[in-house]
Amino acid sequence: MSNGDYIPPRQSALGQFFDSVFLLALVFAALFAPIYLGLAGGGKTELAIADKTTWTGLGQNPVMQAAWEKLGYTPETAAPLIVSRFDYSFDLIALGVTALVVIGYFLLVVAFSKSEYREVIAERFGRKTD
Amino acid sequence: MSQTTTIHGEKISLLRVLGPGHVWALGVGIVLVGEYMGWNFSVGKGGAIAALIACWVAGLLYTCVAMIDSEVTSTVAAAGGQYAQAKHIVGPLMAFNVGLFLVFAYTMLEAANAITLGYLVQTVGGMAGMTDAAGEALVLHDKPFIVLTIMFLAWLNYRGVYATLTFNLVITAIAFIAIIILFFAVKPWTGEVLKHNELLTGLPYDWIGVIAALHFGLWYYLGIEGTCQAAEEVRSPARSLPLGTMTGIMTLLIAATMTWYICAGLMPWEYLGQAVTPLFDAARFMDSMPLMVLLFIGTIFSTLASANGCINDASRAWFSMARDRYLPQWFGAVHPKYRTPYRAIVFLVPVAVLFAYYAPLDQVITFSILSGLLGYTFMTFNVIMFRRKWPLGTIQRGYVHPMHPLPALVLLVLCGATYFAVFLGYGTQLMAMMLFFFIASLWFHFHRYRYVRRGDQFSMPWPRPQGDY
Repeated sequence: MSNGDYIPPRQSALGQFFDSVFLLALVFAALFAPIYLGLAGGGKTELAIADKTTWTGLGQNPVMQAAWEKLGYTPETAAPLIVSRFDYSFDLIALGVTALVVIGYFLLVVAFSKSEYREVIAERFGRKTD
Repeated sequence: MSQTTTIHGEKISLLRVLGPGHVWALGVGIVLVGEYMGWNFSVGKGGAIAALIACWVAGLLYTCVAMIDSEVTSTVAAAGGQYAQAKHIVGPLMAFNVGLFLVFAYTMLEAANAITLGYLVQTVGGMAGMTDAAGEALVLHDKPFIVLTIMFLAWLNYRGVYATLTFNLVITAIAFIAIIILFFAVKPWTGEVLKHNELLTGLPYDWIGVIAALHFGLWYYLGIEGTCQAAEEVRSPARSLPLGTMTGIMTLLIAATMTWYICAGLMPWEYLGQAVTPLFDAARFMDSMPLMVLLFIGTIFSTLASANGCINDASRAWFSMARDRYLPQWFGAVHPKYRTPYRAIVFLVPVAVLFAYYAPLDQVITFSILSGLLGYTFMTFNVIMFRRKWPLGTIQRGYVHPMHPLPALVLLVLCGATYFAVFLGYGTQLMAMMLFFFIASLWFHFHRYRYVRRGDQFSMPWPRPQGDY
């Protein structure tokens, strides 16, 4: 290594503690916020079925009916599972914004990493002369 | 390269004790639980046939991951796996982010395992019909089992890596054999038990359901890349890492297909799409107590093996980041007696416990999948940069993956499709995660990086990278 290498400051115990707490808080905020704000999970719709009290009405053949019964279900208890569907309708603008955020994130990280990496290589191998 | 930590003036490093069998067990052990639970949410998102297509497409994605990872990891054989790769190839901020991807993916997977184990014990307790002294039905609560599982496995990891991964090797093999026995028990060659013709109902969501199913399709294999986390503890990384990883992916492809075939031929897709323990449910169809006990044990062992591997991997990523001062140095200590990253192990216990305790299973799985997905996206440009900075022949590689850059490009396309699959229904979690990584990246670049020694970030004995870096 060449002289003039960067000497990082020594971090105090208190500083290490605060950094740890900050990261933990950030982790919990990011992961728990969608759950507690009720924004997590897929939107659902229901199939319009007139007769939810019989296996035939629910569109179940004899093999399906036997399987449900083996699992301990009746038509009434199985109906919520059978009629429930994910709602895959989406807003193109929301999709575009999400794509931009993901791509923008990677571009930002690679750009910042590049400037840091140059310092690393310069210290490890010396500055480029050509 | 063996990196060390100094304790009381003595240099202490991680032990090089693991062989290819341990690498296989670490990879498959983490992932095999994906056949026992979680994969079936892909049936809920697109139907049974969509889940099978997603299973194979995800298999292709992970084959690309395994090919790329085997080359880079067998060359950058240091604890932390992809984290160490990012540090040497892309730069410190990318490495910091990759480290966080790994910690999140594995800690959330560990939480999901604990939830499943608690649920299964609760279900079997209910089936056993236990009563108290007054004859009232006893309800077993899952929460104590969740906490005990995480605490026990953390303790095991604290005590040592060799015992931990040998334990994983045994229980992973038993869980895999349980799937094979169930497969033969349903006599797939006769059609007496499995009724695919009557139970398969096409594509209930049409082709958008196939894309949506990719979201949980990743769960069949998520974590296989964990094989490289223990690179610094493997006796012969250039041989053991590619061998363990590639045999692991083959094992999982076989197990995933058998699992789908059994479950889709026994249960209506609407039930299968939300079941917590689908393989155990499949055993219930057989009216055989020994099979039910076997699948109960298989489910318990697969969750234990997975959680065990997750603690191993997450703690090593956290430890590696602390050793490099990306995180407070205090976490970068190796236990003077057991030679394990004990502070990192202990620190991550409450994170896993809190999520296992309070968050629903599909949300926990989604967080784990998202973290994994960000990591796979990184791998695509990482391997291209690796080949550009050190072309073939300039450094010694343990393994060279074929058809470069095709695997990277296929992986990038499949990652894009999976982001869209997660967006369908779980877009808020995706945005919350991205916001977190944005803030964490700014925090690292403008605050934390000042504590990092620049030149020390490049520790491989390689020549200067070529081109404009």
